[in-house]
Amino acid sequence: MTSSDEQAHSTAEAVARRSYGKLVALLAARSHDVGAAEEALSEAFASALATWPRNGCPENPEGWLLTAARRKLIDQGRRRDKGKLAAAQAELLEDALEESDADARIPDQRLALMFACAHPAIDPGIRAPLILQLVLGLDAARIGSAFLVAPSTMGQRLSRAKSKIRTAGIPFRIPGRQELPARIGAVLDAVYAAFAEGWSDPEGIDAARRDLAEEALFLARLVAELLPDEAEVLGLCALLLHAEARRQARRNAEGHYVPLADQAPTDWNASMIEEAEALLRRASALHSIGRYQLEAALQSAHVARRRSGRADWTAVVVLYDALLALTGSPVVALNRALAVAEIEGAAAALQLIDELAEDSRLDEYQPYWVARAELSARTGAAPQAHAAYDLAIGLSRDPAVRRFLQGRKAALPYSPRSTARSPDSAQ
Amino acid sequence: MQYLLMLYANEAGWPTLTPEQREQAMGAYTAYTEALRKADVLRGSNRLRPSTAATTVRVTEGQAQVLDGPYADSKEQLGGYYLIDVPDLDAAISWASRCPGASHGTIEVRPVWS
Repeated sequence: MTSSDEQAHSTAEAVARRSYGKLVALLAARSHDVGAAEEALSEAFASALATWPRNGCPENPEGWLLTAARRKLIDQGRRRDKGKLAAAQAELLEDALEESDADARIPDQRLALMFACAHPAIDPGIRAPLILQLVLGLDAARIGSAFLVAPSTMGQRLSRAKSKIRTAGIPFRIPGRQELPARIGAVLDAVYAAFAEGWSDPEGIDAARRDLAEEALFLARLVAELLPDEAEVLGLCALLLHAEARRQARRNAEGHYVPLADQAPTDWNASMIEEAEALLRRASALHSIGRYQLEAALQSAHVARRRSGRADWTAVVVLYDALLALTGSPVVALNRALAVAEIEGAAAALQLIDELAEDSRLDEYQPYWVARAELSARTGAAPQAHAAYDLAIGLSRDPAVRRFLQGRKAALPYSPRSTARSPDSAQ
Repeated sequence: MQYLLMLYANEAGWPTLTPEQREQAMGAYTAYTEALRKADVLRGSNRLRPSTAATTVRVTEGQAQVLDGPYADSKEQLGGYYLIDVPDLDAAISWASRCPGASHGTIEVRPVWS
């Protein structure tokens, strides 16, 4: 590859990352046909890679790509239908082309595009993949591998959703003040889902998943930039930054799993934590509490030991109370019980967890069995701890976590084959 | 874009209403239809007779099979429709959610092929 090739490639890549969603939103604004917009854009990128190395990169690469993609759209229209209608449409588009050449500034309609992707009429499960594809330009194979779905299946589900946007007439529009609170949640949930998929690859071995967390953080920052006065938007951004700040600390130098309580605060990314704390302060000044702000505040209370040497458990319990009132989620109740254990002891927490045992949603929830095992071990109930560790190990997806739990189990003063020693020796 | 709002409801409900309640319900539909007309989005509307009056027809091997009753034998039946012309799905949803039928049944919003 010559240096001009490399420069063309790197410019095209930079434009792709920064502008893909902007260009898709603009190209599909009139027709709502995001599929056609993507096709035209990918052809435009291909022409860029063919001509930029020869003629040099244009001064305004974004504008160049937009113009090229618009021409492709016109060609597409002509190919599809040679009748009068297509000619009229082509004229319309050509008018738009002239306008865009005159005005090189490209309006940012990415947020409107995200609202279309997270529209209530779109299946919730496909909203995050759709945003990743249409706003960031990730391909179906990459999204599929991150969401553990076969690329062809992901491709089909994505194209079905895109066709729904067009045929159902889903608008590209940021909802007004009145509707916004009801609609922003779906956008934030989709960004959070994308992040969670990436976060579940703690070793960062799976490139598709590791990058996904970064892409989601990029999206969260983008939404925060475009809606700077929405408290929950800032809350989500803060939550993702807190989580990302501790990514590396989840593994030690040997690749072993390190639980939060054992992580050294010096292994956390201080500047990300500072950024998260600043966002959270801005959010709380807006006086509109919500799930993401509470979760970010919880992260903040956990990392308080950076300064005080100890997590603020009282604050953690209070925050979980608020989150539980808001969501009624058994997972929140479980985490609250673990915080209670730090203040009132393991026996009190076990009692709370016993009450949760009736909820069948927790039967196969790995953290539930880890909590049971750890708390049982702390109260000296080694046989119960042993059984709970077995279940937790069986439910763990991550080999490093499995090894960690096997180590904890082996440290119990109990083995089902040998005669059990006194439970007191667990302490 | 044109959308068909299809009003599905449990047909067992209507006969149990008192005359006053029926009058109230009819009034709500009249007001809604008037609102659609004033906004100049109404393209057509009808109330259907109960599904007991329905007949189903299907031709197999050149023979018309005629059956008594509606196509789908479900608790909620199509009871009427509004055809509206609005800019996008959000506008259609907004009209659908204001329809009296949305409070005692379900409304399916379908874009018309164009």
